[in-house]
Amino acid sequence: MQREVMFAGFGGQGILLIGNILAHTAMEEGSEVAWVPSYGPEMRGGTAYCLVVISDKPIGSPIIKNPMHLVAMNRPSLEKFAPVIKPQGVVVINSSLIPVTSGRSDIHELLVPANDIAMDLGSTKVANIVALGAFVARSKIVDFECMRQCVKEQFASREKLIPINMAALDAGQKAAQSK
Amino acid sequence: MGKILMKGNEAIGEAAIRAGCLNYFAYPITPQSEVAEYLSRRMPEVGGVFLQGESEVAVGYMLFGAAGCGERVFTTSSSPGISLMSEAISYISAAELPVVFVNIVRGGPGLGGILPSQADYFQATKGGGHGDYHLLVMAPASVQEAVEMVMAAFPLAEKYRNPVMILGDGLIGQMMEPVEFSDRLISKPTNKDDWATNGMDTRKRNARNLVKSLFLDAVQLEEHNLALKAKYDRMKQEEVRYETYNIDSDFQALIVSYGTMSRVCKTAIDNMKAEGFETAMIRPQTLFPFPVQPIRQAASKDGCEAVISFELSMGQMVEDVERSVQGKRPVYWHGKAGGEIPTPEEVVDAVKSFVKTK
Repeated sequence: MQREVMFAGFGGQGILLIGNILAHTAMEEGSEVAWVPSYGPEMRGGTAYCLVVISDKPIGSPIIKNPMHLVAMNRPSLEKFAPVIKPQGVVVINSSLIPVTSGRSDIHELLVPANDIAMDLGSTKVANIVALGAFVARSKIVDFECMRQCVKEQFASREKLIPINMAALDAGQKAAQSK
Repeated sequence: MGKILMKGNEAIGEAAIRAGCLNYFAYPITPQSEVAEYLSRRMPEVGGVFLQGESEVAVGYMLFGAAGCGERVFTTSSSPGISLMSEAISYISAAELPVVFVNIVRGGPGLGGILPSQADYFQATKGGGHGDYHLLVMAPASVQEAVEMVMAAFPLAEKYRNPVMILGDGLIGQMMEPVEFSDRLISKPTNKDDWATNGMDTRKRNARNLVKSLFLDAVQLEEHNLALKAKYDRMKQEEVRYETYNIDSDFQALIVSYGTMSRVCKTAIDNMKAEGFETAMIRPQTLFPFPVQPIRQAASKDGCEAVISFELSMGQMVEDVERSVQGKRPVYWHGKAGGEIPTPEEVVDAVKSFVKTK
């Protein structure tokens, strides 16, 4: 079975990083993975997105027109990608920055005020990790504990950042479960 | 060592180091600048050299010089940069020196765009520079295969004393996939004594080595070209590599595709199979030498109505496919060259439009 996740937002929101963490986690679990970034001629502060493909067999086309899931960190991303997500997909909406919803009734929509939660934790920089925690908790696409290890590895060279990122994952998980 | 998640460009840089190449000269250009970024840090760690040339023209001759001294050397660039190196590539081919070139192809012609493309097929396989020469050209379809091809490229370049080119595309360079590096160490070239201009002191035999590409005497130049031709003929005998997909089915259409495009075709073939429509693929892993015989043989199979070359170009490899099929079956082309990659659905539609009996 193949599953695809689109992560999208502004440049600087850590979009490519959370895609990387998910791909890394899925690889550690033994899945085939591909991480495909957008590298078109984007402006600084423009949109950034990446697609993570996770499969139990070698991945054919890494270019996917209709991904299964979406994590939208800003409004343009939601407007661009929500219409193409497959039915029954999980769509995480960063409701701190996005005042609208997807307008679709055939998907699992999850509103997470990622920036507000992150600010409460001490830094809006971890809003991406909050969203990732919420997405994985809801979609169960990878094992949450395995992902926790991968986040630790990701920040191994900046150890003092590990606690806040762990807290962000937990807060995201909590946000997903309370809905 | 287990699998690690790596960007194609970084994996290519690491693979060269693992292959024992400690000289990297380059000039940055999207979509492959991460190779230089990676090696600017990594080369000093392993005692190697990263030198940024003032242009790709300079880089071409830095490679020529280092290879002439018997050093393992490589570069990476993207389409316009390879055009600038093409003069040196012709000279290096003429001087019969082993150099590895990696072209992470972007859209052209001219400055074109920065998105994935396969529009440098002609340039890589039919010249680019002047004169009767060929590069041995390999085309990876995944990050892991890019690693394996880079590692294979150095011994091959030395075996033939000929430049080898890895023809990737922007997606192979930019995408992250799990990779595994074998611990196999590649030895230093053993035939260096026969050609390297590294001084008489270290050499076992007592003869002068000369690196040159100028043969003013007609007879000598003819002999030189015949020797080169014999080398290219030997590559055609010994180095053809390809992969088949669904080739044992009763396929109605044969797809020929390489690199990123071939992955889209694989998904399309799976989707068509699920509908009960059989198609097969031959994926050339070497573009020169081209898998002429395997394509001819597969195309001749009963029930095969069409042969289709899918490319991220306006139809280049299709000429080699036509040459392979020799009129035994109708040959078609389908592709895009702006940087967009056709979807599996688009491939399915194209295949069905070329096959008469549904």
